[in-house]
Amino acid sequence: MRRISVTFLPLAFLAAVIVVGAHAAGAKTTLSLVAYSTPKDAYAKIVPTFESTPAGKDVALTQSYGASGDQARAVAAGLSADIVALSLEPDVTTLVKKGLVPSNWDKNRYHGIVTDSVVVFVVRDGNPKSIHTWADLTKNGIQVVTPNPFTSGGARWNVMAAYGAQRAQGKSDKQAIDYLKKLFKNVPVLPKSAREATQVFASGKGDVLLTYENEAIYANKKGVHTEYLVPKQTILIQNPVALTKSGLKHSEAKAFLKFLWSSKAQKLYGDTGYRPVLKSVAKSPKYNYKTPKSLFTIDSKSLGLRGWKSVQYRFFDHNNGVMVKVIGH
Amino acid sequence: MIARYALRLGALGYLALLLLVPVGLVFYRTFEHGFHPAWAAVTNPQAQHALWMTLIIAGIAVPLNTLFGVVLAIALVRHRFPGRGLVNAIVDLPLALSPVVVGLALYLLYGTGGWLNTLSQHGIKILFSLTGMTLATIFISLPFVVREVVPVLREVGTDQEQAAETLGAAAFTTFRRITLPAIRWAVGYGVVLTTARAIGEFGAVSVVSGRIEGKTETLPLYVQSQFEGFNTTGAFAASVLLALIALITVLGMRLFRPTEEA
Amino acid sequence: MVSGRAGGALARGIAVCYLSLIVLVPLAALIWSSRANGMHTFWAEVTKPEASAALKLTLGAALLVATFNAITGTAIAWVLVRDSFPGKAAVNAVIDLPFALPTIVAGLVLLELYGPNGPFGVNVAFQRTGLVLALLFVTLPFVVRAVQPVLLELDRDMEEAAESLGAGRMATFRRIVFPNLLPAILSGVALAFARAVGEFGAVVLISGNVPFKTEVSSVYIAGQIESDNPAGAAAVSVVLLLISLGVLLLIGAFRHWRTRHDR
Repeated sequence: MRRISVTFLPLAFLAAVIVVGAHAAGAKTTLSLVAYSTPKDAYAKIVPTFESTPAGKDVALTQSYGASGDQARAVAAGLSADIVALSLEPDVTTLVKKGLVPSNWDKNRYHGIVTDSVVVFVVRDGNPKSIHTWADLTKNGIQVVTPNPFTSGGARWNVMAAYGAQRAQGKSDKQAIDYLKKLFKNVPVLPKSAREATQVFASGKGDVLLTYENEAIYANKKGVHTEYLVPKQTILIQNPVALTKSGLKHSEAKAFLKFLWSSKAQKLYGDTGYRPVLKSVAKSPKYNYKTPKSLFTIDSKSLGLRGWKSVQYRFFDHNNGVMVKVIGH
Repeated sequence: MIARYALRLGALGYLALLLLVPVGLVFYRTFEHGFHPAWAAVTNPQAQHALWMTLIIAGIAVPLNTLFGVVLAIALVRHRFPGRGLVNAIVDLPLALSPVVVGLALYLLYGTGGWLNTLSQHGIKILFSLTGMTLATIFISLPFVVREVVPVLREVGTDQEQAAETLGAAAFTTFRRITLPAIRWAVGYGVVLTTARAIGEFGAVSVVSGRIEGKTETLPLYVQSQFEGFNTTGAFAASVLLALIALITVLGMRLFRPTEEA
Repeated sequence: MVSGRAGGALARGIAVCYLSLIVLVPLAALIWSSRANGMHTFWAEVTKPEASAALKLTLGAALLVATFNAITGTAIAWVLVRDSFPGKAAVNAVIDLPFALPTIVAGLVLLELYGPNGPFGVNVAFQRTGLVLALLFVTLPFVVRAVQPVLLELDRDMEEAAESLGAGRMATFRRIVFPNLLPAILSGVALAFARAVGEFGAVVLISGNVPFKTEVSSVYIAGQIESDNPAGAAAVSVVLLLISLGVLLLIGAFRHWRTRHDR
């Protein structure tokens, strides 16, 4: 009896797999979107909206979300991707270096950037520990939650926001790096992605979470009892999107990319807490977020930020980066 | 007598705190907001697909490991061949390996730069697909049937088999009518262990899956992604499903190995 | 007869090929990749402060948990075999649950119970205590299931003889029962140790994965993969594997020596 079931079972399952597989291989073009961890909510709305437009009629988009650096690594290792939506430019550059994304991916009006955001402080409802400035984060007994900068894109934005904020207050490069060391002494956990960090903070750990503004808004939407504040000095987060070389082969992928800069999609990004890049949408009062007093970018030379290429190497190189010494105390 | 009650209380208390309360909590948290949200959480397409993936992978891994497990067990006990000790050690290896290491090994073998990467260049996707996840699951659930069958084969001895051979039975007939019935309880128990391990696998599969929603997510991976997305009801509902499968498995284990209590 | 033997040899051959393809070849790729950048890179990766801290924590926690299980597992097995109370069959069945439950579910549940949002006011999440708790959960069945059959088969005559000669219960246990249980306990300990060393799913949620404090090797390895350093991950994996194999061989040898001694 068991012998029969032992031979029957694999055949039955094989048959089932064939049936399912045949069904899935319909007339649609399947495209793969590989994204970082936080825009899941946004793309959950954008993708079906695109699929209901004439350009997206016969398209089925699969989606994968995870830590930005991790996702880039997976694509480099063979994860199919037609469109990559990552947290920051260096993760796309990794793919350009590996020959998977064309080097002219950012040659458009928006330099390949599809959404903006800023680094914010998320605190418990009522801000019981009175956290308002970057200096407050290094106080004794304050626990700061931020992801691991070697896997998470959000973590790298956090680090550069912290560094840049010090420089914006007139501190020297050395003083800014000393600040980073003090900051990370107050970091008790290092989740691997921004979404996981939000999860850890929501489950009760830590006094303040450093994250994207859109992630703070998402947490509030999900009923987590937190509030967020935009610090006086913070960095402008710019999230890139690119077509991979395999995506270039499909006109539908190009159409999807174009769609991301349409006002429909930009409004959907805005609805999920992002700062739209399309000026007409950004100007509307619904998405008109406050601009912090001292907003800088990764290219703010006067603050010692010379673009991601140099920053990525100087701070986040696995062997010699500044962060290796900062975290490895 | 106090000693006996103290021991009983201690043991049961330890079990309650460590085992029963956590599992009870899974059920409580799932149905905290009513039956409907929990039901919706496991009947949406993504959850359904995750369940399907889990079952397919187990449906491939378990029969294969059972079939080859029995053959290997017979080879290890009944035949002397060069490298027998090595084969024995290799069979036990998955028990000493972290699942993450298993995932890493497959990643190194089939990924860019790996020895068998040419497969993907010819269109055969191993990583980030059902194939890779199944290979990982087969790896980590491999030892159980072999380990259960080997001691039973040893104990049973070759008398009947030799008698059958002298009477002119072909090897396969001997296997079918003498060996197999002798080991069937061990095989059954091994199958249940293998199934439990295959369904519950998380670490190895999470390394090679690529987290493609609706395509390369198993139910355990779905639990994680729901938890991370603050859909705690969804995470717990899927957990309840897995816990129920686990309970059925546990009952199966009692069925095939009932003699462990006085 | 000849075709039967040839058929058997063919089946064996295919089975060994299966074993090689599934287990050996990936492991060979692992070992190869760990040395791909040279032996000094191998050592550099393994001796990195974060890597060696993770290794020490992993081995320490696994030893602690295995030893603890030796005691509690034997006690539970004793209660299940020698004692009787209503519901014993249910308790006996439930012992296998940690083996059947997916590790991520175990981790999730332990986090909910003994973490910041737990109903008991106990919060051991993101600390070593939480780590140990998760490991205790997943290693629960091993010693219990190893000891139970031996305890069942144990001949009570010697115990009764000792008691009738005036030996106290502790003495009887220590000198008669325990030596007979030791090989089984060691088997269970070996399995529990191996499981604890490699555990990932149950640990990854509740321990916080803080480098140098609560990061175990399996999480460190996963992190290295995600940071695009698979060679480093492979190097640490190889060391982890060698150490756990070494400990297992040690326990097996000790067991073998004890059993031979007794016979």
